[in-house]
Amino acid sequence: MNLLIIFISALLINNFVLSYFLGICPFLGVSNKLSSAVSMGMAVTFVMTITAVVTWPIYHLILVPYHLEFLEIVSFILVIAALVQFVEMFIRKTSESLYEALGIYLPLITTNCAILGFALIAVLKNYTYLETIVFGVAAGLGFTLALVIMAGIREELDFADVPESLKGPGITLLVAGILALSFMGFAGLIK
Amino acid sequence: MASKENSYFSDFIKGLWKENPVLVQFLGMCPTLAVTNAVVNAIAMSAAVIFVLVASAIIISLIRKFIPAQVRIASFIVVIATFVTMADRYLAAFYPELSKALGPFIPLIVVNCIILGRMEAFASKNNVGRSILDALGMSFGFAIGLLLMSTFREILGNGTWLGYEVLGNWWDKWMVMILPPGAFLTLGTIVGVSKFLQTKFKKA
Repeated sequence: MNLLIIFISALLINNFVLSYFLGICPFLGVSNKLSSAVSMGMAVTFVMTITAVVTWPIYHLILVPYHLEFLEIVSFILVIAALVQFVEMFIRKTSESLYEALGIYLPLITTNCAILGFALIAVLKNYTYLETIVFGVAAGLGFTLALVIMAGIREELDFADVPESLKGPGITLLVAGILALSFMGFAGLIK
Repeated sequence: MASKENSYFSDFIKGLWKENPVLVQFLGMCPTLAVTNAVVNAIAMSAAVIFVLVASAIIISLIRKFIPAQVRIASFIVVIATFVTMADRYLAAFYPELSKALGPFIPLIVVNCIILGRMEAFASKNNVGRSILDALGMSFGFAIGLLLMSTFREILGNGTWLGYEVLGNWWDKWMVMILPPGAFLTLGTIVGVSKFLQTKFKKA
């Protein structure tokens, strides 16, 4: 039951993009086409799940016993950077089209605050190993959900008559605001 | 000589408006949106970013000739993470409440695109003096963006500025402005208005 609550809360209520503001750069950058939004979301979910699997043991089995908690930022970011490198090599070998679609955003997952932010929040919330992994999957899926909804809206926006000075980032941010408002409706879901 | 001075000046000034990281380049969006619900948070965040950006720019531009090109990003991140850890510990020790309010966003300066972007685009290619000016300009530009955002959000959402009452009791507080959606709406509006003004200036 606890796991279900963590899952729903990370997916909808405390959505990483719309309520924690993590991963805004790819949210604004890759959300103009539905197909690339889906692959970006999948890449982030994948990296986030592995991050959950790897960072929990590092923090609780290495840093805490030796009182090295202040090294969490440095060690997490290095682990994440190595992981992203690995995912990039894997995608380049297996799917050329996917590699081209994600373009420069794949290396940028390293500097995607959603991944590091997730690792730090999981430590702050003092989750167990299993809870951390569930939290990772749910946060990644929540990111994907927000990205896909946004991409769907933006594809429609191409045909809309937007005021000249709001074109591009302006209207995207306003739409994101309305999207965030509607996601706030989920807040009553869990007491 | 005049042109050299000019270029030093432009290193500094470009970050303030023309290449403003927040309002024009859309870098470092996460902290911009997340911590601007109160002016005091925005100031703390800006101070931390100024410290980290300037300090890392100094170190990176000093060691830029010794870093092999293949591992440069990793080395930048280690240098940045070191300074971020210092800023984070400092805030946690002296301003525990502020540190709590900012949550994970001080550690997240590590992955702030502004900092890594300036290291890659400027500090790793230029000497110390110019890198410091560039870092100062960019971080002040970031601070301007944050202050602008938080001023609007705190006044409209809470009727106060830096904790002082600005609007009286007659003001019906717009709660939504200090909640997450308000951040998107404020930034979208600011971006739209500044673009509108720019095109108008060019035509006139």
